[in-house]
Parts: sequence; C-alpha cells; structure tokens
Amino acid sequence: MTDNPMEKMSVVEGSYATAHAVKVCRPNVISAYPITPQTHIVEDLSQFIADGEIDNCEFITIESEFSALSALVGASAAGARTYSSTSSQGLELMHEVVFNVSGMRLPTVMTVVNRAVSAPISIWNDHQDSISERDTGWIQLYAENSQEISDLTPLAYKVAEDKDVMLPAMVCMDGFILSHVFEPVVLLEQDLTDEYLPPYRPEHILDTKNPKTFGSFADPSVYTEFRYMQQKGMDIALKKIEKAVDEFTRIFGRDHGGLIDTYRADDAEILLMAMGSVVGTIKDVIDEARIDGIKVGLLKIRSFRPFPVEAVRKTLADAAVIVVLDKNISLGLNEGSLCTEVKSCLYNTDINTPVMGFMLGHGGRDISKGTIHMIIDKSQKVARSGIKVENEFVDVRGDLI
Amino acid sequence: MKEIRIHGRGGQGSVTAAELLAVAAFKDGHYSQAFPSFGVERRGAPVAAFTRIDDIPIRLRSQIYEPDYIIVQDPTLIEVVDVTGGVKPGGKILINSDFSPETFKLDTPAEVMTIDATRIALDIIGLPIMNTVMLGAFAGATGEINIRSIQYAVSERFPGKVGEKNSKAAYEAYKRLEAKR
Repeated sequence: MTDNPMEKMSVVEGSYATAHAVKVCRPNVISAYPITPQTHIVEDLSQFIADGEIDNCEFITIESEFSALSALVGASAAGARTYSSTSSQGLELMHEVVFNVSGMRLPTVMTVVNRAVSAPISIWNDHQDSISERDTGWIQLYAENSQEISDLTPLAYKVAEDKDVMLPAMVCMDGFILSHVFEPVVLLEQDLTDEYLPPYRPEHILDTKNPKTFGSFADPSVYTEFRYMQQKGMDIALKKIEKAVDEFTRIFGRDHGGLIDTYRADDAEILLMAMGSVVGTIKDVIDEARIDGIKVGLLKIRSFRPFPVEAVRKTLADAAVIVVLDKNISLGLNEGSLCTEVKSCLYNTDINTPVMGFMLGHGGRDISKGTIHMIIDKSQKVARSGIKVENEFVDVRGDLI
Repeated sequence: MKEIRIHGRGGQGSVTAAELLAVAAFKDGHYSQAFPSFGVERRGAPVAAFTRIDDIPIRLRSQIYEPDYIIVQDPTLIEVVDVTGGVKPGGKILINSDFSPETFKLDTPAEVMTIDATRIALDIIGLPIMNTVMLGAFAGATGEINIRSIQYAVSERFPGKVGEKNSKAAYEAYKRLEAKR
C-alpha cells in the first residue's frame, strides 16, 4: 500500500475497469451479445482476447442473449470459468436460462449493466431488469462506483465457485452512470487477483470418460430438495461473502463494506436505504443535512441476494424512520423491491419503525441532491407525526399525465 | 469541487473533451469524473457532457446543474439550448466563435469569453474539429488545469501525428486566453 492511493489509479471508463477485472479473473469462455449500455465491456474483452491478453479463453460471438447464456451453461458444466454481460431486454431474453444456470449449480458470473425495460423503450438506467430476476437463484451484488464494480468481480467468482455455494452471481452496475463514467480507479493487479482467486476446480464436470447428468428430469419426489439445496447455498453464501470481503481487504487493501455498508448511521434517526450509484449522491446529501443538524445516515445494500436479514435488522434497530429508495417498482403493489424486503425483515421482531418507500430514477430520470433533500424533509415529518403515505413515486410530472 | 458542462453537437467530440479534461485534472493531482448526458447521440444533435474536479474522491452522480464553467463548442446552440443555465456567479462561459463575447448578449452572472477555435483547428489540425482546442482555451481562460496536462491527455488518447497537431492547437488557444487572464 502506498500512502497516496492516487499513485496506483488511472482514469478509465467504468466499462473498461470492469472488463479489466474480468480479464484478471482468467475466464475460459466469454459469451455475450451486444446491448446498450453493456456493449463497451464486451468490446473491451473482445479486444483483450484479440490482443492475446487472456490465455486459454474463447470469446463466443453469438446470435442472441438467450444463446449467450445457454452456451455458458455447457461451458460451465464442462468445467470452464465463464462470463457474460448484458442489460435490460437482453437479461429478460435470458430469463429461462437464468433459472437453469442456478438450478444446475453453475457458478457463472455476469455483469448486469442496469437499464430500464421496455415498453416504452429506454436505454437509460434503473434497476427493473436485475430486480425482475430476483427469485432466479443468482447472487446479486450492487456497486456504487467503478472501483467497487472492479473489486466485486473476483469476489463474485470466489463466492459463486465455493463448493458449498455453487450458485451464479450477477454483479450489477448502473448503466451510463457507471458504465460510461471516467474516474480514477485502481485496475486490479494480476498477481494479487491470482493470490485472491484460485483456479476453478469443480467437483463435478461434464466428461465423456466419466458421464454424469446435469439438469436432469426431477419428479415430485425430488424437486423440492433441489430448491431446498439452492436456498441452503444462499444461506452459506451470506457467510462466504463476508469472508471473501475480509480476504479481499487483506490482499488488496480496500474495503467497501460486507453484505451491507453504512454511512453516518450510528446515531441516525432517519436511516436511508439504497443500492447502486445513487448511494454516492446520498452520502454527499447526508453530509449537507448533518451540517444543518439533521441526524440522517445510510444503510447501503451490497448483497441483495442473498438478502442480509440479520445485518439489516441490527442496523435499523435504533432509527426513528426508515426510508427506502428504489429504482424499480413491483407493479400492482406500488412498492419497490428493496422496500418490500426491508418490511419483511422487520416483521416478527420488536422493531416497529415506520418504513417509507420512494420509487425514483425510473428510465434514467436524474436523481439530484435536491431530490434527496426533499425525501429527507418528508421523512423528518414522518419521524415527528407518523406515517401517512407508505410508498410514492418521486418527481412525477403532472403536466404529462 | 469545480463543475464543468460542455455543450456541443453530436460528432464534435464533447464527450471526448469531458473525458480528456478528467484525465488532465487527474494528471494535475486532482480527483475527477467525466460522463455524457446519456442522450441518443446522433451526429449534429445537441449533446452535453460533464466533468467534475475535486481534491477528494467524487461521490456525486447527478448531472451538473450549477456549473462553475461552461464550454460551448458550437455557437448555434445558444439559440436552441439554455447553455448558460445554472452557471455560478463568477463562473466563466467559453464560446467557440470569432465574434466578441458581447455579440451574444447573454443574460448571465458569469464572464463570457470567446475564442475562434474552429479557425485554430483548421489552421493547425487541418480539420474543423475543435474539442481539443477548446480544452487548451479552457486551461488558458480559467487556470484550473495545467496546459501540459491537457497536452498529455490529448497525446495519450491520440498517439502520433494526430495527437501532436491537436496538442499544438490546444497550446495555441491556451496562449491566447492565458494572455487575457
């Protein structure tokens, strides 16, 4: 570690930092189909391979996202370390295979560059795409900045490939806001990554000399146990993520938090919760509000699946009001998914704190500091006089309705 | 923190300019962040790009609403886009034009400056691509960035002859506005 962290940094695009992180993880098979705003990542990886910078790796250019992930099912079952990246409709087109990868316990890692879903068509950021894959049995990690997306990539492989976990992982980054930003980042060192992430050595592989069945037919006498074991894998992943974070910090010297991270949360009466890049903006606003004497803090979710129930409960226990910001909505419930999870965490406990949900940033609607200040103002009123509106859309333009 | 907004038309290299500014600022020892306005960037359509510069890591992810500095690569945008919007009092607006700043009659608390960047680009680079010239002008007009760092960023992005010409053109614009500072 140098005293000046800037000495090891360079200013690169978030997509490049991600592609570089994938490269040093030494993948064997990459299969992807271009879709905005994910495209730069696979372009950079394609260039690395063309330049001979990734040994023993094949890039499969393929005709759709459905096929891209299907190809990785075969490659991963044969023992390859596999990678893909996609966004929005691309992820939704993969949907059927997304379940298969997890059900077959294949530890693929995929960067989801978060983008709104159609219709109406939008290339801009929100979290509806990955949130809609919430129940597919993939680990889901969310990054705040380019450094975190880099650092989560080998961590995702390490946890996914753990023999007690064996579940695929999505590493989620906000489209454009992170994928297209240029900012200083420490590009992951090959030697440190090798020390951190051992080669993938699965216990079971597709092998003609020793034939095994993957993705078999499961009648009602055994299907339940497959689901039960996937959930067990998720339970174990909770501990494995914390362990992988500790080891990352020991080797690389950086710490972004574990399953969750907090910011000025210790004495917070108003506790904001969010994930992804908006967390950075929220931190700046918290500093401003603290100057005005408002006791506000942040709980950042890094692991959305598995969901860190215990860590969330512990952090929320002393707040007067919990304020959840979601870049997604469960239509028909009028609530974002993170808000639903938080409420679910608190039921059957002694905590009876009001939970307010704000749905914002849909389809790339910019989230300004003013928006966060407005949310804090509203939550102060709730802290004083109780909750009236549980969930609301932010920044709805009355002139368009 | 200093915030810069760059207005241009698709194809004029506004996003590249924002990125090069971030690279140059980092070279100067600052933290920096550059990003596009995320529009559908068709050639000729109005685009905006943003750069933040600070001495501590930059966490803010919103667009820039109250810039310290504004760079206008194409003066015809003034009629169609609110290029001066939100600029801080005491800020500077740098317009690519051979007209005087007064010509534009901008209602703004910021100082307006002009530079004929297209002319410099045509003379030195041989093409009407003025983004790197505007970066040199920015260094000269504001003193926020070392011109050597701008030239480093330009040469790194465009190796060889192209980089040399762009670097020279940036320096020419720097000299002209540095003299007026």
